Amino acid sequence: MASIEEVVPASIIGTSLARVDGPLKVSGGAMYSSDHNFPGMLYAVPVCSTIAKGTITSLDSSAAEAMPGVQAVYHRKNIGQLFRAAPPVGFSGLIDERRPPFEDDVIRYYGQYVAVVVAQTFEQAMAASAAVKVSYAGEKPDVSTTLSSDEKPKVDTTRGDADGAFASAAVKVDETYVTPVETHNPIELHASVAVWDGKGFTLYETSQAVGNHREVMAQMLGVPLENVRVISRFLGSGFGGKLWPWPHCLLAAAASRNLNRPVKLVVSRKMMFQNVGHRPLTQQRIRLGATADGMLTSLQHDSLNHTSILDDYGEGCGEATGYLYSTANLRVTSGLVRRNVGNPTAMRGPGAVPGLYALESAMDELAIKLKMDPVELRLKNEPKLDESLGIPFSSRHLKECLTVGAEKFGWSQRKAGVGAMQRDGLTLGWGVGVCSWIAARIGCEATVELKADGTARVACGTQDIGTGTYTILAQIVAEKAGIPIEKVEVVLGDTKLPAGPISGGSWVTSSVIPAVADATQKAMQTVLMAAVQGKDARFAGKKPEDLVFSGGRVQVKGGSAETSVAYAEVLRAANLGGVSGTGKSEGTFGVPPKVSQHSFGAQFVEVTWQPATARLRVNRVVTVIDAGRVLNTRAGRNQIEGAVMMGVGMAMLEHTTYDQRNGAPINSNLADYVVATHADTPQIDVTFLDYPDLSLNEYGARGIGEIGLAGIAAAITGAVYHATGVRVRELPVRIEDLLGGTARA
Amino acid sequence: MDLFQFSRAESVAQAVAAGAESPTAQQGAQVRFVAGGTTLLDLMKLNVERPQRVVDINKLPLDKVERTADGGLKIGALVRNSDLAHNEMVQKDYAVLSQALLSGASAQLRNMATTGGNLLQRTRCVYFRDTAMACNKREAGSGCSAIGGFNRMLAILGTSEQCIATNPSDMNVALTALEATIHIQGAKGERSVPIHDFFVVPGSTPQQENVLEPGDLITYVTLPAPAAGSKSVYLKLRDRASYEFALASAAVVATVEGGRLKRVRIAMGGVGTKPWRMVEAEKALEGHAVNEGTLHKAAEAALRGAKPQSENGYKVELAKRCLMYAVKQATQAV
Ligand SMILES: Cc1cc2nc3c(=O)[nH]c(=O)nc-3n(C[C@H](O)[C@H](O)[C@H](O)COP(=O)(O)OP(=O)(O)OC[C@H]3O[C@@H](n4cnc5c(N)ncnc54)[C@H](O)[C@@H]3O)c2cc1C
Ligand code: SF4
Repeated sequence: MASIEEVVPASIIGTSLARVDGPLKVSGGAMYSSDHNFPGMLYAVPVCSTIAKGTITSLDSSAAEAMPGVQAVYHRKNIGQLFRAAPPVGFSGLIDERRPPFEDDVIRYYGQYVAVVVAQTFEQAMAASAAVKVSYAGEKPDVSTTLSSDEKPKVDTTRGDADGAFASAAVKVDETYVTPVETHNPIELHASVAVWDGKGFTLYETSQAVGNHREVMAQMLGVPLENVRVISRFLGSGFGGKLWPWPHCLLAAAASRNLNRPVKLVVSRKMMFQNVGHRPLTQQRIRLGATADGMLTSLQHDSLNHTSILDDYGEGCGEATGYLYSTANLRVTSGLVRRNVGNPTAMRGPGAVPGLYALESAMDELAIKLKMDPVELRLKNEPKLDESLGIPFSSRHLKECLTVGAEKFGWSQRKAGVGAMQRDGLTLGWGVGVCSWIAARIGCEATVELKADGTARVACGTQDIGTGTYTILAQIVAEKAGIPIEKVEVVLGDTKLPAGPISGGSWVTSSVIPAVADATQKAMQTVLMAAVQGKDARFAGKKPEDLVFSGGRVQVKGGSAETSVAYAEVLRAANLGGVSGTGKSEGTFGVPPKVSQHSFGAQFVEVTWQPATARLRVNRVVTVIDAGRVLNTRAGRNQIEGAVMMGVGMAMLEHTTYDQRNGAPINSNLADYVVATHADTPQIDVTFLDYPDLSLNEYGARGIGEIGLAGIAAAITGAVYHATGVRVRELPVRIEDLLGGTARA
Repeated sequence: MDLFQFSRAESVAQAVAAGAESPTAQQGAQVRFVAGGTTLLDLMKLNVERPQRVVDINKLPLDKVERTADGGLKIGALVRNSDLAHNEMVQKDYAVLSQALLSGASAQLRNMATTGGNLLQRTRCVYFRDTAMACNKREAGSGCSAIGGFNRMLAILGTSEQCIATNPSDMNVALTALEATIHIQGAKGERSVPIHDFFVVPGSTPQQENVLEPGDLITYVTLPAPAAGSKSVYLKLRDRASYEFALASAAVVATVEGGRLKRVRIAMGGVGTKPWRMVEAEKALEGHAVNEGTLHKAAEAALRGAKPQSENGYKVELAKRCLMYAVKQATQAV
């Protein structure tokens, strides 16, 4: 029985807490999708096309079928019927490659699945997949990295007369910036384990959105929704690549149904570069016009991104452009250009991340033209409200991000001029960039149960993609019910649970808070009812409204603490196993906004440059983030640090190269597609301003998963320019670019 | 991967006898020795190596580092890269070798990788590693996809119309500067080959990378006694700070006397189809004081024969800087 002394600390919101799922993960107990095994399970390995454009003229699987352990080889003629997914509504029905696998014999990108081998062991399936003989009538693919479009670009937002104001501006910048294809490379490969039971499917998927996954799979497989269950308990990260289903999911499910056996399919690292999305190539022209004293008079942001032959994926590079700075004249446009590539998909900070690389680079170039401090230029153009929507910001502290960051970084010591700063025989380069990211809520539900053994259980069909969602949910219940966090069990990642938000857009935290808080409140209310009902009730004779639930205990309002009773005891006295409540959050999408909800931040970067060896390293980063109230500072800092590290990769290393002759993503492995390692990680100083944004939820929390990656690449290329005199407008910054850099050292 | 027979050699003779049954010891070998397996198994999974028989040589007594009578070093073929890098004699007398090893791969890989295996590691050319692509080295006569393709990492020295692949090893570069000798036990007896003659340039037979014949087992690598008063360094330039193959690297062993370079040995990695000894640069430097003038001359001499491809022209300049800086470091000019 709980004693009075055991009562919990006042609040665990905003503290630094270790992951509640940490022990499971480090001990190997966390079951990732591909960890699931079943009796009689078979292994599927897809066969990928070796051309990027053309048609299949023949497919001979006879040799493969005769190989040891092979159960089946499926292709267009024998996979059975698969349907296209219906157009999406809101956050359901989303999939980036709408064509079901094997729908026709046309090849539109390199590596497109043309068959799938199913065998008793993975090795047998691998061997047989290499023995399927496919002939093609190939054509020259188009994977060109220079983008142009004949179509009229879509105007995303416009105000004033951007052209006229630009033409007459005293100081102008007109430059084009390119970000390359980047491939999501979470450690965990995409995987599906499909279990058909004769009527329906249980699908263990690497999914950032089990609810949507279920709907799409039900449609494409042609089974009733209730006959599909999707489970994604743990994710070895996704970065957006695992938001929606991909064709391999259909292959595993169809094979399982056809063979009436569980089937496991794990996508190879090479397929990660071909078949499951990427951040598209973007080409962005920025035109800035300003007065001689640095007031923006015109801002134009025209972006193109590549997409696949069949599907439209718009990166949305201008996402933050409309509201970031004050200017009377602005136009943001976007367009798509088709290439023989798999369909792109969202990658951490889609839109804003490549978009702010371009916009913030241009701002840096403008500052140089104006001979103005780049921090000063930004402070000067701070808007009073969201000028694209004409509404106030819910909570915007970008100026403070810049001033606090400048202070922490030591920006006042900055000497302008290329190569002007030296330390220990190295040239230093300093750069700055601001970042922003949308804040929103997705409608969702959660159930909280308070149990007679003194524990609680919270269930929500959202996912923890490695970011700390398990911990955040436990914190909310612990805080609301006033019980220790260790007593809270969290269950996620299953379509049997109340519908949860997608793990995308950094929206999970802000979305689940109202639902979980509401559910906890309802369960607590039921405890109070149980406390007064029946003759054995601990507070028989009282009314629920006479009681309060606080610190995990029930007591009479205004009564002394000594008379309080642990809620578990209340339940036991009433012979209740537990009581539960279900809560709801309303979504913000589709509702005309009254306030503009965004997070902001500033990134300050120092690079070191050694011209003698053309060695440039990102040495130090100071990041100040205004993302509402941070619920768990440790998880929050992790997110920003990881994003900064990813930003070093984006700025300096990551680049998927397509062989122009055959269309293959040619560096499709982790030795040739280099991501930042720990040795590349700068010293990172993260500060959260911690102003609650109460327009979103009662704790004022927004989300922090993506914002840290925005602005960093521009801050790095700005620092690179400062150190070397080389302005890199096409990422990543390569040694090739730097060899011409200034030799002052 | 294909099915293969696996056996464990109990003696050097057994290994040699098994190996001798393969028609070739080069690409397409039907019998392969496995040491650390970090190159072989990788390539078997990619169907680039398809041996019918794999002979485990890890039990053979070739795992020691010993002083030789003449003050040099004898390194067993099965000495792990990490053990070699941390060996006290190596750290003291052959720092370049220790540095080169530690700059390569990752700690986990170095714990598995062996001296013999590292000598024989294969190119990282992406077309070699992908059976869907034409590659003369993997399949003689099929063509070279790297020419005009993804060749940013590939060679500018020693290339041919048939192949431009780099030898990616760091260790081999250090061993070349140290003038190592490779000791081989073959079906017809023992022989030793200077490292310079051990590797061959691709020419019209890129499938042939070295002088090994069927059955040949590398038993030892020996190093001559360190030159008195010499200092050595390994400098590796690459895009990221660790765990990446060299874009350009240099191993330098230098002895300075009276302000002049008395003796220098220079080898470079990341630029040649084999570990590339820079004899012309050595000549340009020996007997001279190390200064910007002599360094530039040496760098020019070293890269004179360079033949850049579509994506790797930067390597000419990068290699020059690499060479100059490494010589400066080895002569304590920086
Ligand atoms: C991800 C990755 C990154 C890497 N990065 C680097 C790097 O940065 N720098 C670098 O230098 N290397 C790097 N390597 C390569 C690594 O150094 C080699 O794979 C390793 O040294 C090979 O040694 P092993 O003992 O594992 O060879 P194995 O795979 O066992 O053998 C390789 C070949 O040598 C043959 N062989 C082995 N021993 C003998 C012998 N005694 N006699 C005759 N034949 C023999 C085998 O038959 C086989 O053909 C990397 C490798 C990987 C996988
Ligand atoms: S460079 Fe050599 S290894 Fe690469 S594709 Fe050409 S022949 Fe093959």
